[in-house]
Amino acid sequence: MNFVELDQVSLKYNEDPSSLALYKTSFSVPRGEFVAVVGPSGCGKSTLMKVVTGLWPVTAGSVKVDNRVVEGPLSIVGMAFQNASLLPWRTALDNVMLPLEVAEPHASKLKSERAAYEQKARELLAMVGLKGFEGRHPWELSGGMQQRTQICRALIHQPSLLMLDEPFGSLDMFTREELWLALQDLWMARRPTVILVTHDLREAAFLADRVLVMSARPGRIILDRRVPTPRPRKLESAYSADTVALIAELREHINAARAKPS
Amino acid sequence: MQPAQNLPEEYDLPAPVRRKRFLERAPVRRSLPWLVVVGMFVFWELFVRAFSIQQFVLPAPSAIFAALWQWRWLILDNSWQTLMTTLVGFGLAIVVGGLGGIALGSSALVYESFYPALIGFNSVPKVAVIPILIIWFGIGTIPAIITAFLLAFFPILVNVATGIATVEPELRDVLRALGASRRQVIMKVGLPRSMPYFFASLKIAMTVAFVGSIVAETVAANKGIGYLMLVASSRFEVPLAFAGLIVTGVMGVGMYAISAGIERRMTGWATRSSDMSLPT
Repeated sequence: MNFVELDQVSLKYNEDPSSLALYKTSFSVPRGEFVAVVGPSGCGKSTLMKVVTGLWPVTAGSVKVDNRVVEGPLSIVGMAFQNASLLPWRTALDNVMLPLEVAEPHASKLKSERAAYEQKARELLAMVGLKGFEGRHPWELSGGMQQRTQICRALIHQPSLLMLDEPFGSLDMFTREELWLALQDLWMARRPTVILVTHDLREAAFLADRVLVMSARPGRIILDRRVPTPRPRKLESAYSADTVALIAELREHINAARAKPS
Repeated sequence: MQPAQNLPEEYDLPAPVRRKRFLERAPVRRSLPWLVVVGMFVFWELFVRAFSIQQFVLPAPSAIFAALWQWRWLILDNSWQTLMTTLVGFGLAIVVGGLGGIALGSSALVYESFYPALIGFNSVPKVAVIPILIIWFGIGTIPAIITAFLLAFFPILVNVATGIATVEPELRDVLRALGASRRQVIMKVGLPRSMPYFFASLKIAMTVAFVGSIVAETVAANKGIGYLMLVASSRFEVPLAFAGLIVTGVMGVGMYAISAGIERRMTGWATRSSDMSLPT
């Protein structure tokens, strides 16, 4: 059963024809699947995020999440971005707790069940290796630690849809690989539907069940490729011959898309 | 990634030692501001004596402090009046400036509609408004309160509005994607974020509030430091007028210190100390 379904979605930010970011984009993601979206820069990947989460209305076509047409911001989504965008006046733990103060049904239960929720947040932080750092403020954490915190924040309210917009883009390679494994663990433990937008083809090939390649602006899906590597994947698989071949194939399509904008 | 807790013994070095120079020692540093003030007065005293300047032109600090002591009850009474006037005006400025800043910062529509008018309003010299205030309210405390308020509210308003309006779009998206209402976005992110701006503006607003109330008192009051200084100089009691100036300065520094202290407690997160950060 499809959890996210885009049908012939077009999006124009304003009257200007050059603001056309998506044109007749269609794809669907079954419940619990991990999908990565790659493409040349400026191809409308981030627009795709806004459309799926209902933060921006589509100009034509329809977006369905969980079999309902998206008409406004969805409250079942967890989001993470390239910048950790943590609140500097809150500790790591309080940053992770933020969604619980806003999203229902947690917000109304938070007062009476605070201890239980806090326990959950601590467990989540421990899962990404941040045990002992709960009381630190964001500026006391390294970039990688801030990203881990952000991912915990995106997951704490048990969203059924996780939207990741280049969450590891600003990190060094070793930290990135570490977080790939941490993200895979989190995903396998809870199985949310994930849409990951990234520039890093290896990241897409390592993490995703399916990789979608977008064309240059206005973005459309030009390739939909399944990644057969069995789970749980080990870091070595990111450098295996199969993955290298897959990356080469993805790169070829992206280069072709860059050469002649559709 | 993990904190360095279990390093082998050979890494167990003593805490870094750096010899501090005389001027870097804490008690010395704390006394430096006082030394500057005292030095200033000593220089002033010597200057006046060396050139035998007349007292009604520039009184020596010794004469000023003598006047301060001689008129202490009068000065205390009048400075209490000025302090209260300023604080009431300042309090009003916090309420109006804070609420206005929230309204202005959280809605682009309100911002665009009101900002030009506010700029125009702020460009009007407030001293020029005092005669109008006298017509409306008569001579007394109210014109001084209103002048203090008029000078103080604008910096607060602009700073709170800036803090709220510059919330990172990603952060707003995160909250909106959780189903947060506009009010929640302002309460959870906008307001805490604008606190450093707010406290920075308080320090400015505090000092200009004193300017406002004292200027108004020289024109339209029968009590207060401004009034006292006006009367003193018209009677050629120049040391007393200077005593009024010094008392004003002391009150200003005191209020500044109070707002700075509150700022440190409330928004310690905004002044990141390098000692606390981890290497990235």
